[in-house]
Amino acid sequence: MSSLSRRSFVKSFGASFAMFAGMGLVACGGSDNATNDDSSASSGAGYRTLEDIQADGKVIIGVFSDKAPFGYVDDAGTYQGYDVEFANRLVQDLGTEVEWVATDPANRVPFLESNKVDIILANFTVTEERAEKVDFSLPYMKVQLGVVSPDSALVKSVDDLKDKKLIVVKGTTAETFFEAEYPDIELQKYDQYADAYNALLDGRGDAFSTDNTEVLAWAKENPGFTVGIDALGNEDTIAAAVAKGNDSLLNFIDNEIEALADEEFFHKDYEKTLAPVYGTDVDADTLVVEGGKI
Amino acid sequence: MGAEFLFQGATIQRLLAGLGVTLRISLISVVLSVPLGVLMGVLFMRRNPILRAVLRVYLDFIRVMPQLVLLFLVFFGSATAFGWNFSGEVASVIVFTAWGAAELGDLVRAALESIPRSQYDSAFALGLTSRQTFTRVVLPQALRRLLPPSVNLVTRIIKTTSLCMLIGVVEVVRVGQQIIDFNRFDYPQSALWTYAVLALLYFVICWPLSLLSRWLEKRSSS
Repeated sequence: MSSLSRRSFVKSFGASFAMFAGMGLVACGGSDNATNDDSSASSGAGYRTLEDIQADGKVIIGVFSDKAPFGYVDDAGTYQGYDVEFANRLVQDLGTEVEWVATDPANRVPFLESNKVDIILANFTVTEERAEKVDFSLPYMKVQLGVVSPDSALVKSVDDLKDKKLIVVKGTTAETFFEAEYPDIELQKYDQYADAYNALLDGRGDAFSTDNTEVLAWAKENPGFTVGIDALGNEDTIAAAVAKGNDSLLNFIDNEIEALADEEFFHKDYEKTLAPVYGTDVDADTLVVEGGKI
Repeated sequence: MGAEFLFQGATIQRLLAGLGVTLRISLISVVLSVPLGVLMGVLFMRRNPILRAVLRVYLDFIRVMPQLVLLFLVFFGSATAFGWNFSGEVASVIVFTAWGAAELGDLVRAALESIPRSQYDSAFALGLTSRQTFTRVVLPQALRRLLPPSVNLVTRIIKTTSLCMLIGVVEVVRVGQQIIDFNRFDYPQSALWTYAVLALLYFVICWPLSLLSRWLEKRSSS
């Protein structure tokens, strides 16, 4: 008897709540459908074409927000950096407003695949694997490997590395490159960049190799260390990316990159954003690609 | 001291704006979780095995899934699969509501089940109706047992919203990372100071909740 009664009130209580929630769900479902219809009406393929963006008056661009000097936010809250300079120029020439989206290395491809952003401009290295999922524009920057070592025993060429311990970070292009091309060089591997730099600082290793942009910026901040080799191995390019198949937007970006060569846009961009970090010793042409021509 | 950067430009305002986003996501999620969680808990109490199994699966699914995976599923997955274009904040609210409702549902179930049969029997013996038994006898006792762990759940939700930065939401921890990165060359100590400020902000929000939970616990045991 008692358990029956207990069940009956739980039942009636539950039923009234179920009605409430049901109403809520119906309301939510309704609005969901509305937005869904909305988005599918604006572009059947999912991504927004150049015309869609210009008609909307706002382009959504994914950039880094905490990776100076490529994409970061200054103390006034404004997006800055080498990638952002180019993004601002694209926005100006599109004649639209911009909405910045703060991306991370791992979610750049998903942001494009889900059509949450129109363009990714976040130090995006072109790889075959990524090119299957997104469409890359012409490059506007290039990266190679660099080797940093103490001034007292500066490594200026790969030959200098004989009988020395070279530090690399696991999973980086530097590790793959040296294992494949110079199997004789003794590698010292670390999981984290911070550990690798510490090993170089306290002399456990004689030199450290990773992307030249990374070691150049580090050497500038650490007196007594110099990047003796600033361009080694395969040249990786960095480009803008759009959703797979979004040709109208991709063509617009490619045309921009080609046209901007006349005014040496990316060299000016380098002077403004990267030179303060890399110093004057670095030749801009080591990193900058003008007009999409390697 | 090396902390001057905190007072330059709009740094403080940006941190507070980020905290606003954190609190907005948490608060909306909690407000939505409460009715849904109570509903779940009450439905659990029905002896319907199918209903119970469905709720059990839902609860376990939400519990074993890392919140980050749920965020990616709702934000990126639903856009790719169904074309639902949720903003980062809406996706966050959906995930934290689903999580909050599941956890709260389990708490409600436990609280209701903890009321011994004898309480019902006594109430009915005194001539109370079902409704009176629930509102005057069961609910006050269940609520007292329910409140401390619920307040704890709220602090867990607030802290976990830092994951929302990974779907592009600029909440307080992301603002902190931006500040650290911007100042990394001029103020090498910026990471330490910024994380100290972040810790303080979370503390100011969560500590009163923690006190409240302890006070409620004390009150319910006496």
